[in-house]
Amino acid sequence: MADDVTALPSGFDGGMLETLAGFVTELRRAGIPVSLTENLDAMEALRHVPIEDRSAFKYALAATMVKNNAHWKAFETVFEVYFSFRGSHYRLKEDETDDGGIESMLDELTGTREGEGGSGEGLSAEELAEMLYRALMDGNDALLRALARAAVTRYAGMEPGRPVGGTYYLYRTLRQLDLEGLLERMMGEAESKVPDQQLTELEERLAREEYQARLDALRREVESEIRRRLVADRGAEAVARAVRKPLPEDIDFMHASRDELVSLRKAIAPLTRKLAVRLARKRRHGRKGPLDFRSTVRHSLSTGGVPADPQFRYPRPSKPEIMVIADISGSVAAFARFTLQMVYAISSQFSRVRSFVFIDGIDEVTDYFKSTEDIAHAIHRINTEADVIWVDGHSDYGHALETYWERWGKEISGKTTVLLLGDARNNYHASQSWVVAEMAKKARHVYWLNPEPKSYWDTGDSIVGQYAAHCDGAYECRNLKQLERFVEQLG
Amino acid sequence: MTDVTVSRFDSPNVVRDGLRTVDYLSDDSIAGVVFLADRLGKPILVEGPAGTGKTQLAKSVAELTGARLIRLQCYEGLDESKALYEWNYKKQLLRIQAQRVGESAGEWSDIEEDIFSEDFLLTRPLLEAIRAEEPVVLLIDEVDRVEVETEALLLEILSDYQVSIPELGTVAAKQIPLVFLTSNNTRELSEALKRRCLFLHIDYPDIEREKEIVLTKVAGITESLAEQIVRIVRSIRSLELKKAPSVSETLDWARTLLLLGIDHVDAESAKETLHVLLKYQSDIEKAAKDLSSANGPTR
Repeated sequence: MADDVTALPSGFDGGMLETLAGFVTELRRAGIPVSLTENLDAMEALRHVPIEDRSAFKYALAATMVKNNAHWKAFETVFEVYFSFRGSHYRLKEDETDDGGIESMLDELTGTREGEGGSGEGLSAEELAEMLYRALMDGNDALLRALARAAVTRYAGMEPGRPVGGTYYLYRTLRQLDLEGLLERMMGEAESKVPDQQLTELEERLAREEYQARLDALRREVESEIRRRLVADRGAEAVARAVRKPLPEDIDFMHASRDELVSLRKAIAPLTRKLAVRLARKRRHGRKGPLDFRSTVRHSLSTGGVPADPQFRYPRPSKPEIMVIADISGSVAAFARFTLQMVYAISSQFSRVRSFVFIDGIDEVTDYFKSTEDIAHAIHRINTEADVIWVDGHSDYGHALETYWERWGKEISGKTTVLLLGDARNNYHASQSWVVAEMAKKARHVYWLNPEPKSYWDTGDSIVGQYAAHCDGAYECRNLKQLERFVEQLG
Repeated sequence: MTDVTVSRFDSPNVVRDGLRTVDYLSDDSIAGVVFLADRLGKPILVEGPAGTGKTQLAKSVAELTGARLIRLQCYEGLDESKALYEWNYKKQLLRIQAQRVGESAGEWSDIEEDIFSEDFLLTRPLLEAIRAEEPVVLLIDEVDRVEVETEALLLEILSDYQVSIPELGTVAAKQIPLVFLTSNNTRELSEALKRRCLFLHIDYPDIEREKEIVLTKVAGITESLAEQIVRIVRSIRSLELKKAPSVSETLDWARTLLLLGIDHVDAESAKETLHVLLKYQSDIEKAAKDLSSANGPTR
């Protein structure tokens, strides 16, 4: 570190700096907090890594700017967009030499098809499929990458300047490659290799997983290939905007895609653990309890009857009893699931947790959670066994609440906190909001959690306002961040 | 202070190969970040699931560089006197009493200067790492266990490699130690701490690396058994479990199978030995049930 700190890393020019600036801006837009010092650290770090070593370059940026593992995926996407390989290969226009490049590369890799490279048509569809199959079977990554490229050239039908997101091209390419079919074929071959032509169940499962992983790798290759070409065509900034995805803690419960749900489920476990630790600490380190008069007098004996050393009672804040009443109809099911999971994860902070689910009928599901430690299992039982349908399986908050009041209303006491979960889209049934008013009279607190954005409340058939009027609070809980904030104040 | 930095490694690859010689199999990200930490003189914050070799990384780097490892184990209630330094009260008291016996031989200011000198200082791990003459690796283990307020104790040492003692002045490092902080992520660390560190997340290794680890660490295991073991472990990790099997548990399982003389894992033998891999009854039941179905993890 003896030399000039302000000097640029070797191989840096104005263009690179500009790209880096754009990169950092995009990271911030994607929600990753990159401070000024971290930005400078990254620059400093880049001076030490060889610029042509792409993975070292990537890890230098990651280590200095991304300080939370949940943000890794977002970082990787932005990185791919801004620092993808660029060159003549990725031009979208038909180009003889371009095709030849891929062809000759394939030839090199496979050692077959001599002297044919670069001549017009190149690989036929069958040849491409066959080579792909072999590459997958052998786990040949380099060949796979080249083939992914060829497949994109052939099938994606990308045209310069067309404002289409990458998903459309991805879909077109993958449909032609028929991944499902490939998997079955690979399984077939794996089976024919063993002596008695019959894999045990465990072997079959392991083989399937291995091939699935390879297919996933292929899918990722195709995806990043398409992304590279889009970047070459439209510039990094435009593509970054198009592929920007919310961080796990910002994913909207109600509109989460399947992939997003998976990352939500991954994100919730560490989150609840942190929450539990935090709450337990808060309880332990709370303020002192009231003066313990008896103990103070006893201790005063050693100071001749002068109460010099006041004693305090150990604080025992009473733990609330929680009743969760959740709408589990299609639109809000994911929200109910995550809330239940979070509440049960910190159930040691409560004296008791009871849960009820409804659509238009209502059922108690506390036992499902008691009999198993596995939340996924409990949710599965709720979805299959709970008796929540009364007439037609469309949400009817009014009927569900009324039934609840009749059957379990007496069990609400002054220690109970009631959580009502749902979007209050009542399909124009009667609201029966008097039930909530009665609850509020008996219970310690009644809260309403709504996964819809606040601006949608009370539009259409949403009647959350009628219920919220009687609650101690109605909260918007669209994502993990908001949900966590609410649950924390509950404990 | 920074001018005494000597680069320990030439390139990330040197780190990688070096770690391999001490039986620690790293990957691009681990080697890259260790290399950078050395070059930039910055601490590394290592995060990740339990049992993926976070602490071992610090130990291996120490072994590789021939440095002394100084370890500070964090816990709730850790304070200055346990982490940084403490005055040796008893010795100070004795010193004062000795003075009295000698009968007003010196002024009070002399005594005061005397009892707050280095002779009466008890060094704790952080100060010790700073004052060390020889190269050291400082490992601050499970930093997420201390309270947020205690974290502040670390800030000065992490950014400037110095400790300020009011009575003595500032003790600056003789050489910049490599610092590793590990965290199990039970709570969010403060921004100030994160900003001063390079961040390294060590996840479960990919299948090739884990296989290599098994082959290196378990003597006498066959390649095909290792392959099977890591595949089954990957399969189990994809389930939603309370505690996924860590690398060290994979190794335990491999040793167990080897001891039992099993050279080919089938569903039965896997189920019987699952308790080595998984530590919760509910997890064991779930995995056992799942392993006997051919269709992969129920998602």
